[in-house]
Order: sequence, then C-alpha cells, then structure tokens
Amino acid sequence: MTYLRPKFRHPELPKNNLGYSVDYYEGSLSTLCAGCGHDSISAGIIQAAYELDIEPHRLAKLSGIGCSSKTPAYFLSNSHGFNSVHGRMPSVATGANMANRDLIYLGVSGDGDSASIGMGQFVHVIRRNLNMVYIVMNNGCYGLTKGQDSATADSGSKNKSGHVNLFQSIDLASLAIELGATFVAQSFSGDKSQLVPLIKAAMNHPGFAFINVISPCVTFNNNPGSTKSYDFVREHMEATSTFDFVPEMAEITTSYSEGSQKSVKLHDGTFLQFHKIAQDWDPEDRISAINAVQNAKLKNEILTGLLYINPEPVDLHEMINTSLRPLNSLTKEDLCPGSEVLKSINKDWR
Amino acid sequence: MEPTDIKDPEYFHKVVDCQYACPAHTPVPEYIRLIAQEKYDEAYMVNWDSNVFPGILGRTCDRPCEPACRRGRVEEEPVAICRLKRVAADNKGDVKKLMPQGPFAPNGKKIALVGAGPASLTVSRDLAPLGYEIHLFDEQKLGGGFMRSQIPSFRLPETVLNEEVNYILDLGIHTHFNHFVSSLKELLSKDYDAIFIGTGAPKGRDLPDMPGRIEGDANIHIGINWLASVAFEHTQKIGKKVIVLGGGNTAMDCCRTARRLGGEEVKVVVRSPFAEMKASPWEKEDAQHEDIPIIDNHVPKMFVVEDGILKGMTFEKVKAVMENGKRKLIPTGEPDVFIEADDVLVAIGQENSFPWLERDQGVEFDKWNMPIVDEKTFVSTNPKVFFGGDAAWGPKNVITAVAHGHQAAISIDLHCRNEELTKRPSPFVNLVSQKMGMHEWAYESEVVNDIRYIVPQADKKVTLHDRKKEVELGFSKLEGYKEAQRCLNCDVQTVFSESKCIECDACMDICPTSCISFVNNEETETDLRAVLKMPAKNLTQDIYVSEPLKTNRVMVKDEDVCLHCGLCAERCPTSAWDMQKFFYNVTKAHSGCHSTK
Repeated sequence: MTYLRPKFRHPELPKNNLGYSVDYYEGSLSTLCAGCGHDSISAGIIQAAYELDIEPHRLAKLSGIGCSSKTPAYFLSNSHGFNSVHGRMPSVATGANMANRDLIYLGVSGDGDSASIGMGQFVHVIRRNLNMVYIVMNNGCYGLTKGQDSATADSGSKNKSGHVNLFQSIDLASLAIELGATFVAQSFSGDKSQLVPLIKAAMNHPGFAFINVISPCVTFNNNPGSTKSYDFVREHMEATSTFDFVPEMAEITTSYSEGSQKSVKLHDGTFLQFHKIAQDWDPEDRISAINAVQNAKLKNEILTGLLYINPEPVDLHEMINTSLRPLNSLTKEDLCPGSEVLKSINKDWR
Repeated sequence: MEPTDIKDPEYFHKVVDCQYACPAHTPVPEYIRLIAQEKYDEAYMVNWDSNVFPGILGRTCDRPCEPACRRGRVEEEPVAICRLKRVAADNKGDVKKLMPQGPFAPNGKKIALVGAGPASLTVSRDLAPLGYEIHLFDEQKLGGGFMRSQIPSFRLPETVLNEEVNYILDLGIHTHFNHFVSSLKELLSKDYDAIFIGTGAPKGRDLPDMPGRIEGDANIHIGINWLASVAFEHTQKIGKKVIVLGGGNTAMDCCRTARRLGGEEVKVVVRSPFAEMKASPWEKEDAQHEDIPIIDNHVPKMFVVEDGILKGMTFEKVKAVMENGKRKLIPTGEPDVFIEADDVLVAIGQENSFPWLERDQGVEFDKWNMPIVDEKTFVSTNPKVFFGGDAAWGPKNVITAVAHGHQAAISIDLHCRNEELTKRPSPFVNLVSQKMGMHEWAYESEVVNDIRYIVPQADKKVTLHDRKKEVELGFSKLEGYKEAQRCLNCDVQTVFSESKCIECDACMDICPTSCISFVNNEETETDLRAVLKMPAKNLTQDIYVSEPLKTNRVMVKDEDVCLHCGLCAERCPTSAWDMQKFFYNVTKAHSGCHSTK
C-alpha cells in the first residue's frame, strides 16, 4: 500500500530560467478520486508556473471548501497558501492583495464554492477587478457530498443515479464577462495543450483573470447523459481559437489571412497570438464574446479557449490609488512622516 | 508506429533489465522479494534452478545484471544483486530436499563430459534427473574446474564450492577425477551417446619473446597456473617483491593471493589506462584496499636478470591516444621505468587449447583454431559432440558457462531422442495481476530512497595472513532486507488496456519519472520518441505504444526509467493500467523439454 510518491524524477528533467525543474512546483500526493479532472488542472498549474519561471515564494494560492479547494495542497508546495471558509476565498484574496500587491494571487474554487455559497463574493470580486487568477474547477456536482447537482449542472443533464436536473444552470463565464472581468476563458481538464497556455496568460494578466475549467467528476458525474463527462465534453468542445501565450515577442513575420489570425499586445509588451476558429468573434470585443458563448450553447456546444480579454485593464489598486509598495515594507518613517509633513498637509486645507 | 505486441514474452522480459542481462536469465526480482520475506530456501531454489551455483555466484559473479539494473539509471548505484544472492545462500536451510531426488530411472543413454567446471556441472544437473548415465572427467582431484583452481579461497571458501558441486555430484554422476582425457578419438570409440566438452580456456598467455624470459624462468609464473598451484597447495610462498602483469580479474586474484603468500610489495602493472582495465571495478578496489598499487600506462619491455636471478622488469611509459577512431598506446618519450621484483606473475589473458582433440574426428576448427560451434544449439560439426563454457568461444565467466550448460543439455537431450536440435522449448511465462485493493498491491510498491549498502569486510590484518579467510562477510539478514527493498520490482509490469482508458491524464500527471504520454501517433519510432513528455532518448529501452484511443491519440510509455511504483495504476479510475507480475523462466532440459514431444 502506498500514498507516497517516489522522490526519483526523470534524470534529464529540464530546468527553467530559475534553475528549477518542474518537480520543484509539485505538491503532496492528491487524495482526490483516481482520475479526477481536478488533478489534471493541478498538473496544468504546476506546468504553467514552471514555464513562467515563477519564483514559488512570489505566489499565493487561496481556496475555499470543496474537492477543488483541496487542490492547492497538491501543487506549489513552496508557495504561500490560505485555505479559507466556504465561498469566502475572494475576500481573503482581496485582503491579501490589498496588503501586498507584489504577489501573484491564484484563487482555486469549485462550482459549489463559487456558484452557490460563494456567489455573492464571486460577483463582487469581479466588479472590483482584483488582480488575481480565479480558476473554477467545474464538475457540475457536489462531489464531496456524494454528487448532488450543483448550480452549474446543465438543465437536462443526468446524474449517476439517473436523476435529470430540472433547473437552469449558471454560466460562470458569461456572468464574468457581463460583470466586467478583464480576462475570461473556458477550458477542459482533459486538454492541457489548451489549458496550460491559458493559465500562463491569466497569470500574466494584471487584472481579474477568470478561467472556468470543465473538470469531470469521475465518481459521480461521468455517466452517459451527463453534460460534464469526459466523453460529452470531448464530443461537444468547440474552441474559439488555438492560442499561444508569447512571453517575448519575436517579430511576427507570417501574414495573416483576414479574420483568422490575431495577436493582442499586452500591457508589458508580451503578446497573445490567436489562430481563430470561431466566426464573428473578436477576443477584445465583449459583445462578440457573449454572443459566441450563447451561440455555442444554442448548438449544444461548449465554447473553450480565451473568450474575452481587455489588454489594458485597470485593477483595484489603480482604481483606489493604493500604496505602490506592500504594506509590510512600509517603515515607521513612511507611515509617520513627522510634523513637517503634517503641517504641509494642514496647510493645503487652509 | 505500430502498437506494441505485449503477447510476445520477450517484450516484458526486456523490461526486467537484470534478468534480461543475465546470461542464464535468472528471475532476479523474484528472488530478491523472497529474500525480503526471509524465504531464503525459496530464494535459493529460484537461483539454483537458473544459475546452479547461487553461493558461488553470490560471491564471484561478473554481475552483468548490475550495470543493467534500472536503479542505476535513476540514482547512483544499482541494487547489490550479486551479494543479495549470497544472502539467500548464507541463510538457507536444508535445500537438498527441494532438489531432484535420485536415484533416477535410467533412460539407457550415456554421456561423457570432459572437464568438471560450471558448464559440465550444469549439463550434469539438467540431464541426471532424466535418467542419463553421466560420466564426468577432470584432470584435477576435485570437481569445480576454474571455480576451484582460479578463484582464491579468500573470495570463495572451499566449503561453499564443495557444497554446491556436491549437490550435483550427488545426483548420481559417475566421476572420473585425476583423469586427463587425452584423446577425443578414444572417447568417441566408446559407447557414449553424446560428448560434451567443457574444458575451459586453460592456457595462460605468456611473453615468450621478451628479453630475460628464459633466464628468469624460475621466478616468472603464468598467473592461472600459479593460482591453481596455490589452490591445490603445491605453492606455499612467493618473494617479497612481486610484479603482476595484466589488468583483468585474474591479475587482481594473483596480486591479492601474492599478498597472502608473503608478498610485501606487490604491484600490478598494466599497459592500458586505469579506467580501461578489464577487471571489475570492485575487484580493483579490493586490490587497492590491500595496499596493492595499480600502475597503469606501463608496457613491459624486459625481464632484468642478473647472475641468473630475476631482479625486476623495465617498462616503457605510454599514453592512450585516439587515432582514426581506435585507441592506441604511444610512448611518452620519458625514460624507461625499472621496478624491482623477486617474482613476476603474468596474467595477461588466457586462451583455448585442445591438444587432446584430434582434428580428424569430425569436429572442425576455424582459422583461429577454435571449434566451430552452433551459437544456439552448441553442437559442433560432429553431431555427437557439444561444446560449452569457455571451451566454446573463449574465456567469459561462470554465469555464461552455466547458461551454455543449460542450452547444451537441451540439445544433448534432443539429440539422444533423435529430435531436431532447433526445436527449442519455449520459456515458461506467466502474467498475473497484483491488485489487492484501491492502494494495495501484492508486491511492496513503495520506492525506498536508501543508497546502496556496503558489504562488510573482515579486517585485513586477519585476512592478509590467512589465504583461506574469506574477506567479504556478506550482508546480515537486516542489511540484506534493506538492500532487497531497493529493488524496483521491474518484473511487475505496467499493463495497459486501451478499451478501458478514458484519457483523463491521471497516470501521466502522477508518474514521478514522466514515462507516460498521450500523443498523436507518428510514422516512425524515432519521430514518436521525440514528441513524448520526456523524449525517450535511451534507445536500448523500448517504448510501449497502445492501439489508438478514442481521441485517436496513443498512449506511449517509455520503459527507460519507470519505477514500477504502481501509481499510474493507483490513479487510474478505470483500471486501464494494471500492475501484473511477469514471471519468465528459461526452460531447462529436466523441466520442460519433454512436453514438446
């Protein structure tokens, strides 16, 4: 019997620019069910952090409660972590971010944690455009309590016991676009070639970056008739585009055929490169993004890939004009600059 | 690339690197697990069936298995397979009752075996239970061949040797010791149904043309002859200053024996660079540990003899350079080096010699004066005469001789039953799931991080004064257990069923050594190896390719550094992966040949 992962790794494992190989970004061994989509997403996060040369101590991972919210134990063991109250991860993330803007904030949540108990927090963190990555591991059921339908279960979807869901589902991606999220994407745990670049782009986005990842629950929601099973999602996945996050822009020499290729220049000079598949869709246009999602839905398809991006977002710090430095770096002199400064302030009010 | 055919037993056999590398294909992980379970009798018998001399080989084997061991590819050192074998031999109980019990009903066939070394003894063991009347000839007074005459007692105690030789002789072998077979013709004229020649490579190389060789003859000895003379107690001492020429294992045995017979300043002098010496690394270490310097890059030039007494030797200093892809030794131009010596032991190789074998008896020889022997059946050009061990293709080692013996025994049995020699029996194979529960396997799947344990040695103050005192003490039971736990259980195979796979990536994500990939198939193996999660660069290791999956991708597993930890199977929701124990055993004459009738 073993729950231990051997310490040996492939002897030729490459190293990133920081000199770390990918195993430095791993966490402890997952205790989720074998074959859980969440584990694939964890692996995607590990890969993205490794590829982006993130120093693990520059990242904070936060979560609420649920199968999804257990996963921060399974990746980035060398990073900061906060496992908060059910549905309250956004407020903890907000507090942490306000106190120290220098870290990368990675929130991990599930469909229960975000679309049910945490809905109030979820919508408000979007409104405020907090600079964070918010990943929802969406399996359409409450796996931790034996698979009851969640708020993202599609109407008409059948669960393991044969029960058909009667209620309308909450479409988290559409909601996020509607509420003004500046980066919205949708993906599938079984498609790392799409998921990893999306996580990388999200981590690089200086605003609220939302990724809704369909992540089948192998134990309770992977049956025929479910719209969140491996088979169903594979058959009904439709990508907006194939997608590359290009950290350092090489000169683009390929000529684009109109409407099929697009590159979006980001705040820090990096680029996103799209090879578009969806018609009448522009990743910088919210209306077209919402239309694309809704049109796909009508066709019983799941639209994946980057749905919408605002390449020049204004995040919460900028909006409310906070300190440029983390609070823990402010000295007594910064906070109590002395009577001379007080005098000059008072003078301004006279 | 085409899907892998796992029904071919050789595919999984190759994954068990140690077993595959062993000339006799001993099921290594199987007996290592038995040692960990303290089932020493069973572990001994798994060995005895395959390699016939577990106690002897557990001390002296050339260990082709260890460089092959997968553990050596994920960390510094392989599992101490050889010395674990000794743990089984040291701790076994009465195993004789587990061996075939004579007397055996005679089958009316009579066989002569020339030379009582490991090859002939193996043939004897395999054929005796079938009722053959076996006549074993050797010029020495006891059986064992070079295992007795060349391996010094401080590496292989006589008691161990006698015990394992006697297991075989006690099967009812007719021994003709102190009997030098001087003519094949004479042997053929008798009523033997087959003759096996296992006479080894008995002739030590000399330096006949070197100046001073004749004058200094009294103090210049051929290494293997000298070792034999020591073993049979004809030689009791040697001079204080000794030069040993040569860089092989015989040279190491010579120098260490010389230290025990009165040699105080024993030096090994070798032509090639230290790293290129033929001796096993551990034998070089043991020699150095006994204060024997190994002087490399010195080519012998002459024996210096004054007033009829050997004074030493002069050597030319050389260096190794690459020329047209070949390694050459060229003089450095430095002045020649004189090394004092009272005795010189020449251990620069050995070769075959068949002075007793008439060339008109149907046994043909090639241009190198070696018998022409079929590589699979070991038959010579005379259908009644078979060869094996060093006698067949020159000096190798004990385990190779044993492997030859098994195959020659099968051929002799087929010959005596008038069947085709090419109808070889298939290996015995078995593949059984090890699944016991969600996270439970019938083998210990946990991979321990321990580094290789060192075999304790007796104090050299004692061993250097007693030629028969064994240097290595062997692992204790506890050390044996710990070392056994380092084995990765490579015989517990990762078996994949395409139809069950839902492509959830769980196995790929969990695999500690990045062995598993789900990719689009490629035309050629080379292309496919390049697109994996970790490119499969070790071409000596196969890749396991599935049939196309639902998404049209294939599962590809690089066998190279798989730890056989079972995590892929534990994380698989549908049991598409299973850990299955693969048992592969070469069929021996006594165990399966007859079922092919």
